[in-house]
Amino acid sequence: MPINVISAGIATTIQDMGRPGYYHLGIPMGGAMDRLALRTANLLVGNDEGAAGLESVFVGPELEFTEDAMVAVCGAELPPKLDGEPRETWTAFPVKAGQVLSFDFLKSGARAYIAISGGINTEPKLGSRSTYAIGALGGIDGRAVQPGDTLPLGKGSKSVKEGLTVPQTLRRGPGNPAELRVLPGLYWHRITEQAQKDFFDDTWKVANEADRMGYRFQGGRKLEFVEREQPFGAGADPSNITDACYPYGSVQVPSGTEPIVLHRDAVSGGGYFMIGTVISADMDLIGQLQPHTPTRFVKVDMDTALAARHDRAKTMDAIREALS
Amino acid sequence: MGSRYTFGGDEHIFVEVDEAMSLEAFFVSLSMTNAVREANIKGVTEICPANASFQIKFDPDVIHPNDMMAELKRLEETAESAEPVLDTRIIEIPVYYQDPWTHETLMRFRERHQDPNATDIEYAARINGYDSVEKFIEAHSGAPWFVSMVGFVSGLPFLYQMVDRPRQIEVPKYLRPRTDTPRLTVGYGGCFSCIYSVRGAGGYQMFGITPMPIYDPEQKVSYLQDFMVFFKPGDIVKWKPINREEYDAAVAEVQAGTFAPRIKNVRFSLDEYNADIDGTNAKLMEALHAD
Repeated sequence: MPINVISAGIATTIQDMGRPGYYHLGIPMGGAMDRLALRTANLLVGNDEGAAGLESVFVGPELEFTEDAMVAVCGAELPPKLDGEPRETWTAFPVKAGQVLSFDFLKSGARAYIAISGGINTEPKLGSRSTYAIGALGGIDGRAVQPGDTLPLGKGSKSVKEGLTVPQTLRRGPGNPAELRVLPGLYWHRITEQAQKDFFDDTWKVANEADRMGYRFQGGRKLEFVEREQPFGAGADPSNITDACYPYGSVQVPSGTEPIVLHRDAVSGGGYFMIGTVISADMDLIGQLQPHTPTRFVKVDMDTALAARHDRAKTMDAIREALS
Repeated sequence: MGSRYTFGGDEHIFVEVDEAMSLEAFFVSLSMTNAVREANIKGVTEICPANASFQIKFDPDVIHPNDMMAELKRLEETAESAEPVLDTRIIEIPVYYQDPWTHETLMRFRERHQDPNATDIEYAARINGYDSVEKFIEAHSGAPWFVSMVGFVSGLPFLYQMVDRPRQIEVPKYLRPRTDTPRLTVGYGGCFSCIYSVRGAGGYQMFGITPMPIYDPEQKVSYLQDFMVFFKPGDIVKWKPINREEYDAAVAEVQAGTFAPRIKNVRFSLDEYNADIDGTNAKLMEALHAD
């Protein structure tokens, strides 16, 4: 018995943990931008951590249930309402057949993850239900959720206690200013020493162009390039390179002006130089940044990046422990 | 050649074989990524060859980044001694140059172009020293092209012209990218041709359109039923200019499920190619048109 979509907010997509393995063909791994939030929401309702749920940006959907289910909303503070009555985020609550789940205004963060017991059971494509809209892959007919859609639910979730909740200390959101840790590398040598310093000294702001493909930042000083004769095939602008692969999280700066951090639906390659890469531990955080959020890039080395990754894994372990 | 190794965060290693594009650099990239695949290194999750570089994604919980780096550098010797020979396929791709759809699109974005008073292909012909668009089309479709990278978005091929460098076409990208490009547009930027696999934003000059889908997530197109992406790095492409009637007929064949691209298996040797470019290309054309 499916869920009927009454309204879909601005951009609500079906996401799971993505489809790694096809990046060499230009198909990105995709999946939840905030992995920890979707994993946690799934655990709260008794699903496998990687089950498909909904990722809603800024505005929540309105969903009519046709069967009983458990629901949890994690990530952004997008307060759920059941038949108009408030419910808690980061907490499992039961929904009866016939009830309508809707949402209040966004309080903080950018993306809420809605897990439903059983998980959303659309047809997987290349091993994932994640919606990759540019390639019309996954989701419902390769697109975002629309009013009038019906969302099929799977079976096999474990029974869970209603009211199961994630301790406050384990609900991490972005700070203000947000801090994104970056390992310099790739084409870091292409900008001057002064520009290398400016990039980390300046406070940037998230631009309006901030989506699943990437986040653009504005407001810092223009990066100046070390002079060179452009190599054959690279293109005329000093920020151009011979088209190459782009790491997830890599920071490209077209013409040296507005950095773009590539995210889960990254373009797999192109002709812009990159100055480094946001470390894996901070990727989830990007998905929770609203436009205009002040942001600092913090320079780190590999040891720090690996330690942060380890800490992030420990946080997830602590959430599993708390919910078991 | 002296490849440059660098980390892309804690999950990627990026290797630049050469700053400049060349078939030599591409062959090193391809043989390195083949060597990595064959080595079956634990923790490797993505192996992505590119034009003159490549990228490996790995799980740092399984293999330490420094160990991954050491493994890759060790493989470089094997890859460099590999004979630059490739068993691949040559494919004929029909192109309707100066079609009405890319023309309509390019007219909408003239203010983002270097030469608002000319079309993209007129501009490309002029700056590459051709007297007419017809001569330029002859040059673009005359020699074969190497698929030196697949990516950007779903299954989009970057193609590198198989002629000596003085004859290579070079065209800058748009001053500012367009927000729209018709699906299956044959484009050009820098020294690369491409086919836009899906509709969307783009900065490459638009020369024409092919009736032949190269990406189909529904896998309804007859020749994409095994896999939704048509191209892989190392494929060789020959453009075949077609007119409106041929274009319409091909579109109808694709829809009817009867369109079969002309494809032949060939062996390509980089050394033979460098010794005699035109002769090697002539042999490729013979293979393509045999039977």
